[in-house]
Amino acid sequence: MKNTLRIGAGSAWWGDRVEPAALNAARNDLDYLSFETIAEATVSAAQVRKRRDPAFPGYDTYLDDRMQAVLPACLERGTKIITNQGWINPEGAAQRIVHWLRQLGARGVKVAAVSGSLITERVLELTDTILENGKPTSTLTENLVSAEVYLGAEPIVDALKQGASIVISGRVADPSIFMAPMMYEFGWDALDHQHLGRGNGIGHLLECGAQVTGGYFADPGFKDVPEPWNLAFPIAEVDPDGNAVITKVAGTGGAVNLQTVKEQMFYEVHDPASYITPDVVVDFTTAKLEQVGANRVQVSGISGKPRTPTLKVSIGCMEGFIGEDMFFYAGAGALRRAQLAKRILEERFKIVKLQAEEVRIDFLGVNAIHGAMSPADQAEPYEVAVRVAARCRTREEAIKVGREVDGMAVSGVAMTGKRVPHQDRTREIIGVWSSLVAREKIEPKVSFYES
Amino acid sequence: MKTLLQHVAHARSGDKGNTSNICVMAYAPELYPMLKEQLTAERFKAHYAGVVKGKVDRYPVDGLHALNFVAHEALGGGVSRSLCLDYYGKALAARILSFELEVPEALKPHLRGL
Repeated sequence: MKNTLRIGAGSAWWGDRVEPAALNAARNDLDYLSFETIAEATVSAAQVRKRRDPAFPGYDTYLDDRMQAVLPACLERGTKIITNQGWINPEGAAQRIVHWLRQLGARGVKVAAVSGSLITERVLELTDTILENGKPTSTLTENLVSAEVYLGAEPIVDALKQGASIVISGRVADPSIFMAPMMYEFGWDALDHQHLGRGNGIGHLLECGAQVTGGYFADPGFKDVPEPWNLAFPIAEVDPDGNAVITKVAGTGGAVNLQTVKEQMFYEVHDPASYITPDVVVDFTTAKLEQVGANRVQVSGISGKPRTPTLKVSIGCMEGFIGEDMFFYAGAGALRRAQLAKRILEERFKIVKLQAEEVRIDFLGVNAIHGAMSPADQAEPYEVAVRVAARCRTREEAIKVGREVDGMAVSGVAMTGKRVPHQDRTREIIGVWSSLVAREKIEPKVSFYES
Repeated sequence: MKTLLQHVAHARSGDKGNTSNICVMAYAPELYPMLKEQLTAERFKAHYAGVVKGKVDRYPVDGLHALNFVAHEALGGGVSRSLCLDYYGKALAARILSFELEVPEALKPHLRGL
């Protein structure tokens, strides 16, 4: 058994930078490199795209970029890759990776695809209640696009046990992608909640990439970050007990300190004593953090409680369209003109009988981000953007927002700055709901491909 | 002395559906008891009036000098449905930085950014 397992992050979301992943791979001392790419609506959006464009392969659109950037160094060092870039087509993604391996002249490398998270056809028979509103999941029948179970680390561990060097999956819970190597290398049992709690906690620290190494953190004068344009993705040096040092590649910008680690520890966490993952319930309240060197934080004492009998299901539904646009004012009286423009739009929406569930007209620079919390007595801004958005059932209605903003060009207020519409000003809403499914009803499948 | 929270603690927000969690972490262990005493769930909710529509739960983590607030009905119906430009609520944490605290003079050396 290894004394220390070195696990690096390769991405925290679909649109994440590629170059820090390449840097983590090139450092040449990682045992595993793990990629997380699936946000709440990613899988549903992929399903919608596949319906419209049958040529869409259904996996991470940056799969080629990411694999080309890291495979040469990973092959040289023997770094294994764990990734959920398979989205709705893990088998296709695995075959694509095989293609890149062969391009590099690497033969006999085993790539595993983990599927079984997609349960769109069965979701209504497998689930009862929507967690957010208590209604039956059958109320979602009409608009349902996709339903996926959050799988845990077990099927990835199975794939590793069967000799896979690269494992690519559909929806697997973010921390599990990082913990699977710990379970496999240290021989932790799937019911060993103490070790799995620690491992999942470390996984949670890694899953958002640069958010633990100085990203989403800098606040000048309060929390300063060196070279914030040159951030690295994190690396965990994990011991067989599941305690770890969080660090990053030397010579990069950013910081790993008690504050960055704490901020990430509680990111998207509700009750810190019960952070529910498919593998275990993590308790962060017992954690101990210690700065043990420059950009090195020792994390120990995270604990775990037995896993729940259910797995979370994410259900994506088509829920209409948002129409959105903006235009601009500057100089003396900018806000005054913006306020009149708002009034004109409100009246225009009545005249064109806009059917909307909600309309929002904000002044960017005044109240567009913090809404009703924004102070009423602030100084007059020098520049203001009027930003208007409406949520509608149909695209035809949502289009009216942009069309009425068009009218503000020659029929609006003095000195209105405006863009020529050059992009679609409507977008589809994929609403995401949650439910639970009995664990034993879900059977992940692992298939193998070889380069 | 009266001081804004930004000198006492740092904060980060995260999203899950229509719920935002905002964790507030003291810059120094010495500042935490005062922060915990003054920043109650009720006061937190009042500071987010107009945006946080649901209840607010507070989870103190004494060992790490952190207070995790879970604000329900805070993201305009949920990330994908929200009409707010910042639909993930990433900038929501910044609001708590303007919360006013009564800080004893003795703690002044621990304050950040003054």
